[in-house]
Amino acid sequence: MIVLWTDGLLFLLVLMIVSLGFYLRGKEHLQRPLAKIKSSRAGMVALVVLFFFVIIGLMDSIHFKLANDKTNEVISLLDYWATPIREQQEKSYSAPFSAYLYSKELIRSEDGVQRWTYSRLKYGGRHLINPETEKTQDIAKKAALGFVKGAALFGFVFFLLWGLRKQQNKVLLPNKTSKAVWLTTFVMVSGSYTLIDLSTWYHVLGTDKVGEDVFYQTVKSIRTGLVIGTLTTLIMLPLAIVFGILAGFFRGWVDDVIQYIYTTLNSIPSVLLIAASILMVQVYMANNEDQFTNLVVRADMRLFFLCLILGVTSWTGLCRLLRAETMKLREMEYVQAAQALGVRRRIILIRHILPNVMHIVLISVVLDFSSLVLAEAVLSYINIGVDPTTYSWGNMINGARLEMAREPIVWWSLLASFLFMFSLVLAANIFADTVRDAFDPRRANND
Amino acid sequence: MIQYIIRRFLYAIPLLFGVNVLTFVLFFIVNSPDDMARMQLGQKHVTEQAVENWKKQRGYDLPLLWNEQQRGFDKVKQTIFFQKSINLFTFEFGISDSGRNIGADIKQRMWPSLAIALPSLLVGLLVNITVALMMVLFRNSYLEFSSIVLCVILMSISSLFYIIGGQFVIGKLLKLVPISGYDDGLAAIKFLILPVIISVVAGIGSSARWYRTLFLEEVNKDYVRTARAKGLTETQTLFKHVLQNALIPILTGVVVVLPLLFMGSLILESFFSIPGLGSYTIDAINRQDFAIVRSMVFLGSVLYIVGLLLTDISYTIVDPRVRLS
Repeated sequence: MIVLWTDGLLFLLVLMIVSLGFYLRGKEHLQRPLAKIKSSRAGMVALVVLFFFVIIGLMDSIHFKLANDKTNEVISLLDYWATPIREQQEKSYSAPFSAYLYSKELIRSEDGVQRWTYSRLKYGGRHLINPETEKTQDIAKKAALGFVKGAALFGFVFFLLWGLRKQQNKVLLPNKTSKAVWLTTFVMVSGSYTLIDLSTWYHVLGTDKVGEDVFYQTVKSIRTGLVIGTLTTLIMLPLAIVFGILAGFFRGWVDDVIQYIYTTLNSIPSVLLIAASILMVQVYMANNEDQFTNLVVRADMRLFFLCLILGVTSWTGLCRLLRAETMKLREMEYVQAAQALGVRRRIILIRHILPNVMHIVLISVVLDFSSLVLAEAVLSYINIGVDPTTYSWGNMINGARLEMAREPIVWWSLLASFLFMFSLVLAANIFADTVRDAFDPRRANND
Repeated sequence: MIQYIIRRFLYAIPLLFGVNVLTFVLFFIVNSPDDMARMQLGQKHVTEQAVENWKKQRGYDLPLLWNEQQRGFDKVKQTIFFQKSINLFTFEFGISDSGRNIGADIKQRMWPSLAIALPSLLVGLLVNITVALMMVLFRNSYLEFSSIVLCVILMSISSLFYIIGGQFVIGKLLKLVPISGYDDGLAAIKFLILPVIISVVAGIGSSARWYRTLFLEEVNKDYVRTARAKGLTETQTLFKHVLQNALIPILTGVVVVLPLLFMGSLILESFFSIPGLGSYTIDAINRQDFAIVRSMVFLGSVLYIVGLLLTDISYTIVDPRVRLS
């Protein structure tokens, strides 16, 4: 078991969210917004999709070394399960579900004649004798089998829960929202089963330049996206909350200093600040190579630094919002009353101000998530994002972009990264909207 | 008014100084010039002499903050901080690590950046306001609902895909415009059409949605109801009253980014190989040319601070309620 920096922080974050959930359970004032989220169909469906992504990301965050492995390679739980896909490496590009390589090459057949033709893949569709005639049927059969497996698993859990609920005389599907949620779960579970089943026989989304399975790459990229989207907020939140509340509450010179700091940071174009910091990290890593011997550790450190830098550049927006809100709150009657009663300032800040700005924090965290995932792709394209060896959608796009000029075009890497990134960001955006509608008091009476 | 502007000007000086110190710390303290020299010259087997030469050529061989060997004012003057950071205040960007004059490069590359950024901004503004107004005009209808859904979908697509898709469909399949490149003068137009369209489309999702909320906030206000009660039609109230008042936050938001247009767009310019400041920056990042990156950081902050100043002034012009204090 090896705990990388981002792994540790990611699990810390999960722990914090779970404990916060326990702490806030049954709190009266949270019932209305939570009920509103629960009743929103689009929001709940988006949450289910996000949940799937999170599970994959967390599975990819448990790293260990195999005991009987000589290569000294650090792999994750996801890698371990995906071993067949990971190790079935072809020679070069191949299209999705293809049994042949993408480009022609010289093959010597058994009778000694050399021919210029497409050669068969080493792994993809190797069980077929004659791919032209058998392939479609075989794919349909394998897909149906995988679908049935997934559906059976889903059905088992579903009827178990249904039975339990029935015993207590409750209904499992009381309204349209829960029906939509279960339907989404069904589609996700059986869909992923189908894909997993197919991917042991074929390259579902083709292979890339060095023959690596694109489906595997894009699934691995989920973790990078999640880490960037969540850890950055973990780093920026303390800065934004502390500075924002202090500036708004104390005014005077504290306010001036904090305003000066964030205007200064804000005035540097964030891309350039990130670029400059990443350049410096690169120089540091190049000059201290002995500290970063392991490739995985090195890539992970760079990912962590990227989150750190993104966090430092992005706290200013939230800080300004919190400052304005705190300034409004400190003039409220209940804060004035607390002051008049002689409550210490520290207690006022923690007990009276902080809980009342939390909805702004929550809204901005969910809103920022999707833009951070999108930012990662752009940054990786400019080479100031994650390490080139890290799987990420930005790196996939970057690699695929250079093949646009080929004829016929190599489109599958782009499609794969587009599909996964789009569904993650879309789900995050829809969920963010739901959360904002539920928690923003200005929108509370719109329904 | 004049006094206020002067005060804002004076406030800009400590800000710029802060930016300067920050970049100085980032570029010279976190890693010493020796580290940078080794990085540039290749990692291993670099002789001390080569490192010294590299530093001497680029003027990094001075002490960081305080030069003991000089006399008088030169103790401060003959240092890296003074030579490399303070000189930026006079817009002397010096020589890049590869030996080119940065100031001349910037002057030359500014215009292509502007040629792409300004039309994108104007067309984008026009399109977004129109779309948002349409959504408000047809509010509470299926048309509005479907356009909101479309906006969310457009928002969720990475800008890289807009560029790649646009280049592929319009440039490669339909062959309407050249895929990339640039030309001087009016001949540049055919190269600029595609980037402008792409940046407008990429921006519709988030901007139109934001403008829509601004318009909706105005629509529910009392004066709009009065206007309707007077017997104005819905379109008249929208264009005459709502649009004018909602334009205030939109325009002030635009004023902030006006000066930054000179900096250009990083990815658009590099995808379309337009010789603007954006691609200049990317090239510098890829070549690890620290001098250029440092100059661009400073230039960007100057432009942003100018933008802040312009915003303050424009507020007082468009909204007479804002009194300068």
